[in-house]
Amino acid sequence: MKDNKKVVLNVESLSISFGGLKAVSDFDIKIYKNEVYGLIGPNGAGKTTIFNLLTGVYRPDSGEILLDGENIVGKDCVQINKIGIARTFQNIRLFGKLSVLDNVKVAMHESYKYNILEGIFRLPNYYKKEKDMDEEAIKLLKVFGIDDLADVISTNLPYGKQRKLEIARALATKPKLLLLDEPAAGMNENETKELMNTILKVRDEFDMTILLIEHDMKLIKGICERITVLNFGSVLASGNLDDVLNNEEVIKAYLGA
Amino acid sequence: MNRLYNKKFIDKSITFLMIIFLYVIITLFDKNVSSLLRGLLVQFCVYSIMAVSLNLVVGISGELSLGHVGFMCIGAFVSAGFTTYMRSVLNVESIFIFIISIFLGAFVTAVFGFIVGIPVLRLKGDYLAIVTLAFGEIIKNILNAIYLGFDSKGVHVSLKNELQLGLESDGYTLIKGPLGITSIPHYSNFLIGVILLLIVIFIIYNIIDQRTGRAIMALRDNRIAGESIGLNVTKYKLIAFTISSAFAGVAGVLYAHNYNNLAATGAKFGYNMSIMVLVFVVLGGMGNIRGSIISAVILTLLPEALRSLQDYRMLMYAVVLIAVMIFTNAPAAINFRKNLKFGKGKLKDER
Ligand SMILES: Nc1ncnc2c1ncn2[C@@H]1O[C@H](COP(=O)(O)OP(=O)(O)OP(=O)(O)O)[C@@H](O)[C@H]1O
Ligand SMILES: [Mg+2]
Repeated sequence: MKDNKKVVLNVESLSISFGGLKAVSDFDIKIYKNEVYGLIGPNGAGKTTIFNLLTGVYRPDSGEILLDGENIVGKDCVQINKIGIARTFQNIRLFGKLSVLDNVKVAMHESYKYNILEGIFRLPNYYKKEKDMDEEAIKLLKVFGIDDLADVISTNLPYGKQRKLEIARALATKPKLLLLDEPAAGMNENETKELMNTILKVRDEFDMTILLIEHDMKLIKGICERITVLNFGSVLASGNLDDVLNNEEVIKAYLGA
Repeated sequence: MNRLYNKKFIDKSITFLMIIFLYVIITLFDKNVSSLLRGLLVQFCVYSIMAVSLNLVVGISGELSLGHVGFMCIGAFVSAGFTTYMRSVLNVESIFIFIISIFLGAFVTAVFGFIVGIPVLRLKGDYLAIVTLAFGEIIKNILNAIYLGFDSKGVHVSLKNELQLGLESDGYTLIKGPLGITSIPHYSNFLIGVILLLIVIFIIYNIIDQRTGRAIMALRDNRIAGESIGLNVTKYKLIAFTISSAFAGVAGVLYAHNYNNLAATGAKFGYNMSIMVLVFVVLGGMGNIRGSIISAVILTLLPEALRSLQDYRMLMYAVVLIAVMIFTNAPAAINFRKNLKFGKGKLKDER
């Protein structure tokens, strides 16, 4: 079934070390269009480091990262976002003093352009683009059920809604691949369930491909078809959810605990 | 959403109305205005422009600059040099010359801002503070040492003395070292100051409330997240810093044409004045344009008004500063003020 699907992300033998520590070594992953792919592993396994490598925060010591066939190794965060990867952060990073609406609108800066003078003198193009942006931002916020909070300053949002806003903001950059770093962290059971639905909805409505890190196995089991288990920076197992979860090494090293 | 737009609009309008109201009141009661106050009117505008422009860097873009009067100094010298040359050598004196000098001052200062900003704003950390501090002092010292004159052969520059310029008999010395520029045409007045202030505020408000401003504030709030959504950090920080410099230049133009002579003294253009402007911004509230203006006016007036207290003057000044700082920044005081406000404006309740 996967054979006729397009590969969105193809990573081969990715490695990085910090000082003597091999944080990630020989990491491979292949993600197909419209997949929700899970990346799991114990604390300190190197999951977030992989996100940082994919988004250009760190430059790998070796390895290849192909997004839609384009090699993005060596590009910086800004360029990689333009090419098509957006992410959320393990510890939420919103634009705290901006409103919920502005958090999303600022992420649309590439799709709705007008120059600074058009903005200062309030020329027609300013009003047009701002209006279009408002409409699209509200639509996006609706998907996450936070459109009624558009005016609220984002730090004043409750935790679960901040996480949702972060996903909405990432989507606003129109990525090809969305990376979610522990989206359910700090959520209660109901919120997590709701989040699972939202993630599937995002995949369907935005035709999105999603790679997510998560410790909550309920979420992983609920929405991921394929997963990769990382341990001490290297891949312990990867493949279909059930196969991986029944893998003895995985049970021993990680799940058995 | 509309609520948000209305709030922004009302907030801006209050600032404009406040300034216009003050202008009308002071002009109407011109006869009753004390000579002390009258002498300060242009300075209110100068330091208000300084404060709002610095707020663009400190409050909106989140970078620390400690050399803001260095840019004011450049704007002052460039524009005063131009207008004085036009009058003394070419015998042209007109408001159009002054308008040209405003653009000239703003442009040259913007170029300096860009050049100072470009190496520093690529770095992470408070390097801008260090570099701008040094920049302000360097500019002041150079302008204190420089002699510049013209004659039929062209421009002459010296860092030693006027004789060194070796001007012909038809020569004219424009900048006279520590004496600076003398017999500057007196173009500035309260009305022009207020108009310039209104224009600067208009532009700054409309920069904040648009695509570019949102990006600048987003990077202030979280640089890493900003990069992750594709915002170019250096570009947006540089835009804020360059525009802010240009407006400091405008303040310098206004300042220079309010006096006959312009010298780069430490009292007017030293780092302590930069710190003073920073105090205006901090007291008025980071990112709060109206607050910057109010505190610039009050803190420009206060030392003069307290003059009768003589030796206790600076003591009182310090006490007032501390009191205002507590009132505007202490959490308890902020809560107290929030409780005073009625209506559903309190976002906390939505938690
Ligand atoms: N910039 C860095 N410098 C040095 N060491 C680092 C750096 N970033 C990560 N590490 C180390 O790399 C290892 C992997 O960290 P990483 O944050 O990727 O783990 P993780 O799998 O995301 O863990 P968690 O589940 O706790 O989020 C850790 O030992 C961490 O200390
Ligand atoms: Mg992590």
